Amino acid sequence: MEPIIRFENVHFTYPEEEQESLRGIDLSITEGSFVAVLGHNGSGKSTLAKHMNAILVPTEGRVLVRGMDSSDEEHLLDIRRTVGMVFQNPDNQIVANVVEDDVAFAPENLGIPSRQIRERVDAALRQVGMFELRMHAPHLLSGGQKQRVAIAGILAMEPKVLVLDEPTAMLDPHGREEVIQTVTRLCREKGMTVVLITHHMEECIGADRLIVMSNGSIVADGSPAQVFSQVELMEREGLDVPETTRVLHELGLPTDVMDPETCAERIAAKLRGSSAASEYPMNGR
Amino acid sequence: MPELRVEALTHVYSAGTPFEKTAIENISLTVPQGQFVGLLGHTGSGKSTFIQHLNALLKPTSGAVLVDGEDINRDKKTRRAVKNKVGLVFQYPEYQLFEETVYADIAFGPKNMGLDKEEIDRRVREAAGFVGVEEALLERSPLELSGGQKRRVAIAGVIAMRPGILILDEPTAGLDPAGCRQIMANILRYRQETGATVMIVSHNMDDAARLTERLIVFDHGHVAMDGSPEEVFSQPERLMEIGLSVPQSTRLAMALRAAGVPLEGPVYTHRQLMAALKEVGVC
Amino acid sequence: MLKDITLGQYFPGDTIVHRLDPRTKILVLILYIVALFLASGWVGYGVMIAVTAVCMLLSHIKPANIFKGLKPMLLIIAFTAALNLFYTKGTPVLPGWIITWEGIAQAVKMILRITLLIAGTFLLTYTTSPMELTDGMERLLSPLKKIGLPIHELTMMMSMALRFIPTLIEETDKIMSAQKARGADFENGTLVQRAKALLPILVPLFVSSFRRADELAVAMECRCYHGGSGRTRMKQLHMTWQDGAAILLFALLLAGMILLKRFGL
Repeated sequence: MEPIIRFENVHFTYPEEEQESLRGIDLSITEGSFVAVLGHNGSGKSTLAKHMNAILVPTEGRVLVRGMDSSDEEHLLDIRRTVGMVFQNPDNQIVANVVEDDVAFAPENLGIPSRQIRERVDAALRQVGMFELRMHAPHLLSGGQKQRVAIAGILAMEPKVLVLDEPTAMLDPHGREEVIQTVTRLCREKGMTVVLITHHMEECIGADRLIVMSNGSIVADGSPAQVFSQVELMEREGLDVPETTRVLHELGLPTDVMDPETCAERIAAKLRGSSAASEYPMNGR
Repeated sequence: MPELRVEALTHVYSAGTPFEKTAIENISLTVPQGQFVGLLGHTGSGKSTFIQHLNALLKPTSGAVLVDGEDINRDKKTRRAVKNKVGLVFQYPEYQLFEETVYADIAFGPKNMGLDKEEIDRRVREAAGFVGVEEALLERSPLELSGGQKRRVAIAGVIAMRPGILILDEPTAGLDPAGCRQIMANILRYRQETGATVMIVSHNMDDAARLTERLIVFDHGHVAMDGSPEEVFSQPERLMEIGLSVPQSTRLAMALRAAGVPLEGPVYTHRQLMAALKEVGVC
Repeated sequence: MLKDITLGQYFPGDTIVHRLDPRTKILVLILYIVALFLASGWVGYGVMIAVTAVCMLLSHIKPANIFKGLKPMLLIIAFTAALNLFYTKGTPVLPGWIITWEGIAQAVKMILRITLLIAGTFLLTYTTSPMELTDGMERLLSPLKKIGLPIHELTMMMSMALRFIPTLIEETDKIMSAQKARGADFENGTLVQRAKALLPILVPLFVSSFRRADELAVAMECRCYHGGSGRTRMKQLHMTWQDGAAILLFALLLAGMILLKRFGL
């Protein structure tokens, strides 16, 4: 299947800067997949995201969104309505004083007839669980709720891809969970392609694919379990690794599982194996 | 070095209006000098309201805050003086930088204290040192710095007042793991070298477990738990009930015990977990 | 506190006043204001008070909310009332006093006039979402587009400004607290010192507003904003008989006030 977004040897340098922010990125994103991108500040992960809907265009190489070249002005609106983008600070992407008016903003810009806008707005608000609060003023919502409104504002464009650039960085743990659950559900139930940029490793665990960026390049790419099991690499990049993976790694056990229960089971099995030889008593709890 | 005492502290927002809301109710506690305290609780649990009372930014509806045995709300003078003793670093403090140079911004607090030029200079350089801001950066504009650097400059602006009690509201919010580690190291260093009391509001259970000596858990305007990390994290069910998480190591230890691995003692850091595993013969 | 400012606030609801077309409400407000300024006698003021009260009842807006909004204006109201109280010639209340009966009447009328003016304006903003309000203005002013005035851009700017007022107020509060914690003093000192003391608030506020504006612009682009051309609206404006009735009623009110003025009532 043709990937929905394709990077071909993409280089990018910000004007007035000497160092390249992206150094030859080759990347294909499959439709319907949940891709997480992890990296420390300045690793180029935000720059990468901004190439996905033509906010930035490559200085060298090209980005194709459903076959459309992002540097082609003619495709600009089509690319933007195909790839929706949610940013870090929810306050700075909400344009209206009433939740539903804000969600209507994008379809209004697209010149969609009124009745269809209403349908899209209601559907989008339901998908993020904010329908009941549609008449509220955004500034009175919690951070997680605001971010869900921002997501609904993008969904109302009916995009194929949802790119989220550190959407949880300013939220408390509860808000973070709200947002991650929402996007995971959108991907699993609605088939939305999700690209999640983050520096919280917990948020990557549920993804299909984890990409680690460093210094403008991709340094690891695979399933979250595969990537996290490269503990030394992650440490070198200043990134965290799930405690489960770290423990399994230090015990010399395979690191292909991440949830505490399976991990505990594996350690218990090892203990049983070795306690057959020694005579350590097993607690039957 | 000051001791902090809070007596039956209650704060009601918009008292007497239909929007009346009790943010904290009847909180009493004592923080001895030099303690490293973590304040936990989800948004709206009252911890932000609580810390703003500790340097008289908010006036108690009832109850009192005492620093060194003196009521900080006694009069206008004490309310002002306490700002020099109790330093408060807000969330995203970099948004308060305003001077043309990093140096001038760090000097703002000491200048307001009425110190002479030499003393201000000494304090600015010392504070910059604590947070690892190099001399070369002092003459730059704060706007040119990276996010992490700005955060450290803002913290230095409070440290320069040499508060005996330093309170930080989520000092690592929004930073990447490397940035978080650096800020926490800076704070630890300040405490080690000055013996100051440090109170830190955090959502990061792993940090709270690893670094603090005492945890105070807020829930619905009350203190729900108060004790050493060992005591607090030995009741993971209680924490989860309040809607908080537990350190990853505690979570894994719970799963291990459920799977029949007889781990000894409290487990809330990676090191403890590995030690406990060694104890039972894994490894 | 700053948070108490209710300017530009909107109280969602589903009353007949809420449902009226924003264009109607803007026109009605204009008629109301002209009528108010024509009122000169007590009968005239009585009618205006009655009209305002009926509108408040219909819109389910509590008087408390109107008075809350009046708070920041108290100084202006008191000042104008005082001027009228002391500088109106007539019969003194007590022999030798500067205060005259006419002065008292004039002061009371002045207070009524300003209060009703503000109440009327607040009724509009309380019952009309800023989106509708700017939309209504854009439509009312759209004939001016023909002579090249950027009406869409202007009304868009207005609605953005309204949207960010609460956000900026919240931010100002936060920055003030943070600078107070560093020993900043906003209350004492000479006028020059106090003006200078505002810098630690204003500079961060400007810096963050620019950052916000930047981020907002990108976010709007991502949501396919490309100016006013080709835009549609979710909530279409359409006039019903109720709008016609409202405009007619207020036109009658205006005519009535003209008559009353003629008879000196």
